[in-house]
Amino acid sequence: MPDIGAQLWLLGPEIVLAVFAFGVILLDLVIKEKSVLAYLSIAAALFIMFTMFGRQGTAFGGMFLADGYGLFFNFIFLTSLCLSILVSLKYLPVERINFGEYYGLMLFATIGMMVMASAGDLIMVYLGLELMSLSVYVLAGFMRQSTRSNEAALKYFMLGAFASAFLLLGISFTYGLTGTTQISGVAQYIKDNGLAGNPVLAFTTILYVAAFGFKIAAVPFHMWAPDVYEGAPTPVTAFMSVGPKAAGFAVIGRVLTVALGPVSSEWTGLLIVLSILSMAVGNILAISQTNIKRMLAYSSIAHAGYALLGVIAGGPEGLASMMNYLLIYTFMNIGAFTVVTLLRTEGVKGEDLSDYEGLSKNHPLLSALMLLFMFSLTGIPPTAGFMGKFYLFVAAINAGYLWLTVIAVIMSAISAYFYLRVVMYMYMKEPGTVIPVQRSTAGRVALMFTGIAVLLIGVQPTGFIQMARSALAGFGI
Amino acid sequence: MVSLQWYVWLSLTLFMVGVFGFLTRRNIIMMFLSIEIMLNAVNLSLVSFSHFLNDLRGNIIVFFVITVAAAEAAIGLAILIALFRNRASANVDELKEMKG
Amino acid sequence: MNEILFGYLSFAILALSIAAITRKNPVHAVLLMIVMFFHLATMYLALGAEFLAAVQIMVYAGAIMVLFLFVVLVLNIREEEKGERFASGWPLGISLAAGLLILILIITDKVLTGRQGQFTQAVILQETHTKAIGKLLYTQYVFPFEVASLILLVAIVGAIVLAKKRLG
Repeated sequence: MPDIGAQLWLLGPEIVLAVFAFGVILLDLVIKEKSVLAYLSIAAALFIMFTMFGRQGTAFGGMFLADGYGLFFNFIFLTSLCLSILVSLKYLPVERINFGEYYGLMLFATIGMMVMASAGDLIMVYLGLELMSLSVYVLAGFMRQSTRSNEAALKYFMLGAFASAFLLLGISFTYGLTGTTQISGVAQYIKDNGLAGNPVLAFTTILYVAAFGFKIAAVPFHMWAPDVYEGAPTPVTAFMSVGPKAAGFAVIGRVLTVALGPVSSEWTGLLIVLSILSMAVGNILAISQTNIKRMLAYSSIAHAGYALLGVIAGGPEGLASMMNYLLIYTFMNIGAFTVVTLLRTEGVKGEDLSDYEGLSKNHPLLSALMLLFMFSLTGIPPTAGFMGKFYLFVAAINAGYLWLTVIAVIMSAISAYFYLRVVMYMYMKEPGTVIPVQRSTAGRVALMFTGIAVLLIGVQPTGFIQMARSALAGFGI
Repeated sequence: MVSLQWYVWLSLTLFMVGVFGFLTRRNIIMMFLSIEIMLNAVNLSLVSFSHFLNDLRGNIIVFFVITVAAAEAAIGLAILIALFRNRASANVDELKEMKG
Repeated sequence: MNEILFGYLSFAILALSIAAITRKNPVHAVLLMIVMFFHLATMYLALGAEFLAAVQIMVYAGAIMVLFLFVVLVLNIREEEKGERFASGWPLGISLAAGLLILILIITDKVLTGRQGQFTQAVILQETHTKAIGKLLYTQYVFPFEVASLILLVAIVGAIVLAKKRLG
């Protein structure tokens, strides 16, 4: 066995986060002021974000891969962790769920995602996925006194456990077929033994697509998303619309494009169907929603469809555009959810579309930022959302999927209807009652940060896409 | 000597029994039991693959699956208890708080 | 494995699981599941996985199913026995599951190959299954083992957070 110290060094980000998670749960017993735990968690995430880069290699016999790909996704997870915690700070007391375990579970969920993104073995994919999912199930049901939150947790849990059973069946058959579960080993075995066209392999491919499609909330595996997004506490919704989705994509990148890379023609067709259905169903059903969390849930289904274009296009360019899009989506979606969260105050839910009527009169800055996020989610220049979609579409066109890109553009045009309706409500309607806004400095920081990021990436888009491209060096595709 | 095929077929049939139970039962406990049947079906296939491949990896995966199943059961039943405190029903058709 | 033993075990496993998922009373279902787990454990034994057979009985039958029983009894789910047992679409469900099953059985017709490993039955018998598994768990598989411990921790914390009575 190689030097244990070097292996632990590769695992550094996960270990530090785990230590902080233990610390948060232990300190919760003695600290009355729970915001300390939140700042501790953010400090841990920031520390890891600034120190994790540059790790390269495999640890524990190929179970764990430290490479640019995993680190890029870690960056996405940690960003969404920091932003969601900032948003939660004032929200939790309003909902009377200000418990320290909340932050601990957030950290554990992030560790799960990081394990997934760096998994070198299907066992690690499964365990990371379960670590993430179990934490997020609990977070979704964190408002124990609220029936909606209970229902959200239960639905997410039941369907999630059902989906993970399919993932396990897929892993089991991959193992039976190739005699290994190591991702690179599976690819090697498929290539060496010419397993392309093997019906059992095609069957496992379907199982993987179904299980991961569930995690990224792609149609037809999306049924849980609207209810769960609506019922869960809003910062948790923000977190799980970004983190687990990105983790799902990270695993798709590892399992489909690497392990099943030699038979890519077998899953590309499935993903194309998933992508078209997600864009169509997500965008069309979002139109009829009056609850903003539900609307954003359907929007997140549609965005999974867009990001799938990158995987379908394949190759370094396609994957890089997918990674870049997920990062941009993190900023714009958490930004939008931050606005939703800030409208939740004592006695006011602030989730209904009518609550946004005339918001610009009372809260001009908040409305302006919401406008920015809505523009970005639609994909209107000069916002980040436009650049993200631009790179995705270019990658898809270069890979020969012009018709798919045309569908995606049409769907984006449809999505303008419901995103811009929010803007219309804010700017062109007269305010009914004055909706108060949370006095949350942390929330404002999150809002400013996401707003600046969305604008900055929109104007100066090359930085992150270059980062994603260089992260894919040595990825093995 | 029973061939691997029979084990795989047994496991898949068992898995489908679980799928059927999950899709058709309306009681949450019964749906949860169906998921446990599915996990056991997967475990059976893993153990038989392991046996016929002369490799212990499958057995190790089963060990982890059982661990996760225990954790899953704890969380799932806790969620059910939390729900039951608020509404006293274990029927999924009554989960109608959110519609759209 | 002996054909007769396999025949009996597979018949019992399938019959018990079908019986379990069609029970109206969850308590009966849980008890049938426990018997089913004993049969599965026997099958593991016959496949040379003695450690897993023990774990199957201790964890599945002994812990998970007892937890189920506790919850069923604590919640005292009664109204199930009055209402419909199945969702209205159950004929569709059974035909879907059966169709899918036939399809899968056809495609899994002798295609399972895979690379042969080093742990033949003779090696495992000589070293004992538990020892072989233990050695692997703490060397090659130590990382997943640690992650599994985190999962159990999350389960403890999560279950307490959700189910504990707390003054809001």
